[in-house]
Amino acid sequence: MQASAVEIRKVNKYYGPFHALKDVDLSIPPGKVTCLIGPSGSGKSTLLRCINFLEEYDSGEIRIDGQLIGYETPGRKMSGRKLREMRRSIGMVFQQFNLWPHMTAKENVAEGLIRVRGLSKAEAETRAAEALTKVGLADKMENHPSRMSGGQQQRVAIARAIAMEPRLMLFDEPTSALDPELVGEVLNVMKTLASEGMTMVVVTHEMGFAAHVADQVAFMEKGELVAVDSPQGIFHAPKDQRIQNFLRTYHERNSF
Amino acid sequence: MFSIPVFLDSFEPLIWAARYTLLISVLGIVLGLVIGTLICAARLSSNMVLRKLAALWVSFFRGVPLLVQLLVFYYSLAVIGIDVPATFAAVFTVGICASAYISEIWRGAIAALPKGQAEAAVAIGMKPSDVWTRIILPQAVTISLPALINELILLVKASSLVSVVGIMEITRASQAQAATTFRPLEVYIAAACIYLIINLCLSALGRYLEHRTAI
Ligand SMILES: Nc1ncnc2c1ncn2[C@@H]1O[C@H](COP(=O)(O)OP(=O)(O)OP(=O)(O)O)[C@@H](O)[C@H]1O
Ligand SMILES: [Mg+2]
Repeated sequence: MQASAVEIRKVNKYYGPFHALKDVDLSIPPGKVTCLIGPSGSGKSTLLRCINFLEEYDSGEIRIDGQLIGYETPGRKMSGRKLREMRRSIGMVFQQFNLWPHMTAKENVAEGLIRVRGLSKAEAETRAAEALTKVGLADKMENHPSRMSGGQQQRVAIARAIAMEPRLMLFDEPTSALDPELVGEVLNVMKTLASEGMTMVVVTHEMGFAAHVADQVAFMEKGELVAVDSPQGIFHAPKDQRIQNFLRTYHERNSF
Repeated sequence: MFSIPVFLDSFEPLIWAARYTLLISVLGIVLGLVIGTLICAARLSSNMVLRKLAALWVSFFRGVPLLVQLLVFYYSLAVIGIDVPATFAAVFTVGICASAYISEIWRGAIAALPKGQAEAAVAIGMKPSDVWTRIILPQAVTISLPALINELILLVKASSLVSVVGIMEITRASQAQAATTFRPLEVYIAAACIYLIINLCLSALGRYLEHRTAI
């Protein structure tokens, strides 16, 4: 068996007295898509954000390709420089896109290549153009985010992440802020990435995407990782009552 | 009767005096920007002592009238026997007072930015200094531009207060002019016109800059 791309072991996270992640264990296989589902407030975003240490976990371990992130040794924080180095190879896509509004699409993508990867402006712009072409935005490179649809903005955000050539991509509800008719274009870009063998962790409420694209699905509730299984196992033969309840609510809400 | 010739004649000495008004306002805002930025940085720092000191600075210089600050500064220097030019005292006081307001303008603009702006930069591994200079400050400048121009206009008007330490800026020059011509109305209306023209120019500059930096 191949080593995990991300190994999460006994991770706990508190917000003050609130226990947001409870002894979470999860292995993310390389080159595969892992979807994280569960009710609102169950800790999906918190767990995802612990993977690149945007959120600090309090105990346990998260290893990226074997290397502990955030801590030098358990309990001793990693230096800012070392943490930045690890983050370079982890792409992240946010629900609200978080594009920089004072830059064009191309500048948004080139910025990290210049500041973080140290590329020349010319080289960075060439790579930015390639990444934007890949997400189908060759004709929007000079647009500012305010001049783009939500779907286009999210595709720029994906281009910004993949231009850095990450080994791992994290998505936090990438389509939840989009009008329904724009969801497809973003999911298609993600499917292409998945088919190219990118390791992906996707927090999503798109059960269709999770059922058809995921290699494994993890279900969370109240800060606990309840189950990890194949999409088949989670959606068609859920063993846990909590998953059954969640899916029933989901189906009720989405039927008419 | 209102005398048009007296009114028109008043302009020359007042325009001459306007250079002090401009000097004090412009140097005041430059000093205010420099100190205000430092104060804002202190208020946002992780050091509790720095944060408290900066907050104290803001409440003090915002809470005491500029006129009183000016008099206190000017006369306390005189008491301890330091002889500084009135212009220096004026620029210094105006700048310090402006710094209190400007640090709050920055702080508000920075707080108005969605948290995700910096997060997206941190997530790709950007250094904190780059996050500030490339992502946060350019947007904060754009957001705070109207408030900064507003502050500059307030300073132009507040600079009339420095007449109390003897600087011949527009207001004091018009008092002198009114006393020699015995035509206060014409002279003061001329002074009002000059203030208005200066501030309309500043508003236009502000609109131009806002248009240039629009996002
Ligand atoms: N910064 C914070 N301070 C305090 N509590 C927080 C903070 N962030 C999240 N929480 C709490 O932690 C819990 C998990 O939040 P999280 O955002 O991870 O949920 P989620 O599963 O992503 O939900 P959603 O589907 O609504 O995005 C929630 O109860 C939330 O209120
Ligand atoms: Mg969430």
